[in-house]
Amino acid sequence: MTQPLLELHDVSVSFDGFYALTDLSLTLNKGELKSIIGPNGAGKTTFLDVITGKVRPTKGTVTFRGKSLVGLSEQRISREGIGRKFQTPRVFENLTVLRNLELAVSPHKSAFNLLIDKLPTSAKDEVQRLMHYVGLAPFATTRAGSLSHGQKQWLAIATLVAQAPEVLLLDEPVAGLTDEETVRTAELIKSLAGDHTVVVIEHDMEFIRDLNAPVTVLHQGQLLTEGPLEQVKADPRVIEVYLGQSDD
Amino acid sequence: MKLVQRLVPWILLAIALFILPAILDDFRLNLFGRYFALAITALAIDLIWGYTGLLSLGQGIFFSLGGYAVAMNLMLNTKSEAGGNGIPKFFENYGVEQLPFFWQPFWSPTFTLIALWLIPAIVAGLVGYLIFRNRIKGVYFSIITQAALMVFYHFFNGQQKLINGTNGLKTSTTELFGMLVGSPDMQLWLYRLTVVLLPVAYLICRYFTSGRFGDALIAIRDDEQRLRFTGFNPVPFKTIVFLVAGALCGVSGALYTVQTGIVSPQFMSISNSIEMVIWVAVGGRGTLVGPIIGATLVNYLRSLVSEALPELWLFVQGALFIFVVVLMPDGIYGWFKNGGFRTLLAAFGIAPKARTYPKLDENATALEELS
Repeated sequence: MTQPLLELHDVSVSFDGFYALTDLSLTLNKGELKSIIGPNGAGKTTFLDVITGKVRPTKGTVTFRGKSLVGLSEQRISREGIGRKFQTPRVFENLTVLRNLELAVSPHKSAFNLLIDKLPTSAKDEVQRLMHYVGLAPFATTRAGSLSHGQKQWLAIATLVAQAPEVLLLDEPVAGLTDEETVRTAELIKSLAGDHTVVVIEHDMEFIRDLNAPVTVLHQGQLLTEGPLEQVKADPRVIEVYLGQSDD
Repeated sequence: MKLVQRLVPWILLAIALFILPAILDDFRLNLFGRYFALAITALAIDLIWGYTGLLSLGQGIFFSLGGYAVAMNLMLNTKSEAGGNGIPKFFENYGVEQLPFFWQPFWSPTFTLIALWLIPAIVAGLVGYLIFRNRIKGVYFSIITQAALMVFYHFFNGQQKLINGTNGLKTSTTELFGMLVGSPDMQLWLYRLTVVLLPVAYLICRYFTSGRFGDALIAIRDDEQRLRFTGFNPVPFKTIVFLVAGALCGVSGALYTVQTGIVSPQFMSISNSIEMVIWVAVGGRGTLVGPIIGATLVNYLRSLVSEALPELWLFVQGALFIFVVVLMPDGIYGWFKNGGFRTLLAAFGIAPKARTYPKLDENATALEELS
């Protein structure tokens, strides 16, 4: 049995006595694609906050490649190889699509390198490839702020891939997308799995089905159950807390 | 058209260097020299506020440090200013007989030339690093810089025995290269020096705001948290630009001091530092060209209004600021660049009206390319 890539052990997060996560343990193996669902307030976003260093766990350990992430700054964790896409597509609105990507793809992320170094050709090619892949090549010189919502989502995903992380954490990648865009995003994510380890947080059941990945259900900051979607859907506890409201 | 655009800066430089001295009298020319000196401060503020989103209300500190550095050197090296012990006369008023230790290195012109930008840069770097490292942002940053400004103001104001307190240091009666600093000839040279240094300051700011470093600054302004998650540490970026801005303000303060003839703690008054921000807002944030226009225009206006109706200026300045914030959020230059001028002409029927939704056509061609 190899060591898991990312491991959360007994993690609790409390905000002034309110527990957003309670004794959550979860492991991620290399190349795995995992989706996480759960009703509002289940702690899905806090779960990502803990991994990416935005929130410090009150209790428990987070280890990545056997190294603790607790207490590291956001940028350190990002450089370790954990990338995150936010719930709302946060792109740098006043930069063009091209420049958003060029910033993310920068191999050395220190201020000094950014001032002195030219972007290597390989990185430029990668930017072009990503832009074409997500269909944003015609908008290379468009300000990211004037893109449509769906385009912003894709730009956000593309910038994340440009960072070349080992683990991609995607918070609601298809929120507000059309059906067609959703299908395409699912394809994109599936193509990323294998090379990358991907965690997807989503409400959209169609999309989760498209991903065809094992599902983890969170409820009130605790792990409710894990398994393939069909099995999870049949679980009476899940139906009670989550699917009962949306799938009947 | 491209060629014309490329020539514009050179033409402006030529006008400032040769035509203005020919048509303006000594007094007016000196005023323009001051405006251009202040424009360097405006550039510095644009670098940290316009691009990086750091609204500093304490740039007066660095401005004054530059001014004091040059004034101390001039005081020391002028024989007519020396009192009994060979140290500047004003010390006698307070019974100081020995030159304070920190004055000593300012005997050297070389040291002074370096110190006038290096000391502000070091102070800015240290203050900036401590603030940024602790993730102090937004309004809190502004408040802290203003508080720091007050600390410096009260220190300089209260220390007669060290730097002549509230009286400041007078440079107009000092000598440089055997010439009186306040003399028209010397002032002409200082004017020329300012006109040459302003484009240099502009190019320095351009260097920091173009390329991926500049993109990172804009990213810090727009969404710093997101930049952290991209793997960048914003602290060095902010510290570097704050340090560079401090150095530029030091140069600006030194040039302003020698052309005004005095440096005093008044340079560090709260209103002074806020006015600096107003120049940038009026000219146009995040454009570099705008702040130069803003600083020159507002100060020129200030001279005109103050000469005609001295008590009216503050009202005019307030009205100007409100006007710009409400009607021209991108400042004069931003308004001009975004086709504001054309809109104005169109309103009077001189230019054709802009098409509605020009973006729609662009998207249509883009979509065609896609399919």
